[in-house]
Amino acid sequence: MTTESNKNRTLLAVMGDEDTITGMLLAGIGQISNEPNKEKNFVVVNDSTTEEELANAFTLFTQTRDDIGILLINQHVADKIRILIDTFTNPFPAILEIPSKDHPYDPEKDSVLRRVRRLFGE
Amino acid sequence: MSGAQNREAVFPTRMTLTVMKGKLKGAQQGHSLLKRKSEALTKRFRDITKRIDEAKRRMGRVMQTAAFSLAEVSYATGGNIGYQVQESANKARFKVRARQENVSGVYLPQFEPDIDESINDFKMTGLGRGGQQVQKARDVYTKAVQTLVDLASLQTAFVILDEVIKVTNRRVNAIEHVIIPRTENTIAYINSELDELDREEFYRLKKVQEKKQIDNARIDAENKAKKEARLAAEAAAGNTNEVKEVEALAAKAEGGDLIADTEEDVIF
Repeated sequence: MTTESNKNRTLLAVMGDEDTITGMLLAGIGQISNEPNKEKNFVVVNDSTTEEELANAFTLFTQTRDDIGILLINQHVADKIRILIDTFTNPFPAILEIPSKDHPYDPEKDSVLRRVRRLFGE
Repeated sequence: MSGAQNREAVFPTRMTLTVMKGKLKGAQQGHSLLKRKSEALTKRFRDITKRIDEAKRRMGRVMQTAAFSLAEVSYATGGNIGYQVQESANKARFKVRARQENVSGVYLPQFEPDIDESINDFKMTGLGRGGQQVQKARDVYTKAVQTLVDLASLQTAFVILDEVIKVTNRRVNAIEHVIIPRTENTIAYINSELDELDREEFYRLKKVQEKKQIDNARIDAENKAKKEARLAAEAAAGNTNEVKEVEALAAKAEGGDLIADTEEDVIF
């Protein structure tokens, strides 16, 4: 629960399809810089993106970078790297699954809600 | 894990008994306090869980509205503005600030939206076709992101609380099933050892008393025999010679100095 290292986590990152990225960038969360590993805080995912690329991006945003406070990820993208997300237990950055235009929100698949239900099932 | 035979290794003295008793009291108090903390946290946890559930469903609807507004933009601008938007992203206008909130002893982070109004690098708004739609979409999405930020705060609080509750429950159980039985066993052991020491003392005392009694009885018997011998001698003759003999006999019987000895019927 270190507050100092988490004070720097001010950015939001997005991993999603083009429409989601467009919308988020319109809201103004995009940040581009010249530092290595911190060039872009968004990743456009389409049908040709491999799971490895997704996994790399996820690791980059959650572990390598220390300035991401919230990671937004489309639910259908999250499904591809479900294992990584389920095993990610740090409180920062907060992983939020959002629906996309083609894939409406499905509470059954959400990692956090699954944990909630597991706790109440006990 | 049988706590029946476990006890701490201490010397069974009265001081350690007092120390152990203090420890037991402390452990019992700590246990009840921790239990109360755990219950308060669990209540808070359930509350947060319900809010997360509601918020997530709300978010689903919000995102859908936002997606519609984006579709309107594409319709109005006649094409896909995705590329332009991506290229024009430079400095993040919308950032978040983490604030620590103290909830029954646990520091939960809260995300607050931090909007820098000075950054405005969209040259698309106001210009050309669809500027109005772009602006509207931007507003809708900003609101959507704010909802998302709230949701993220809830989620982080949820995860941290989960961890803290587990740790607290573990401690409660440890105190209840390990520490308290151990301390109770130690106290019982010390008490039993002290009792045994007392019993030994008592036994020793009794034995000494017994010996003393035997000695006293023996001395009484000897004195009685002496007295009888003297009386018998005086009654048998008034002769000084015989008295001297008797005295010599008496001296031999007593085995000591006649002068130094004090007779029982001489009162000084």
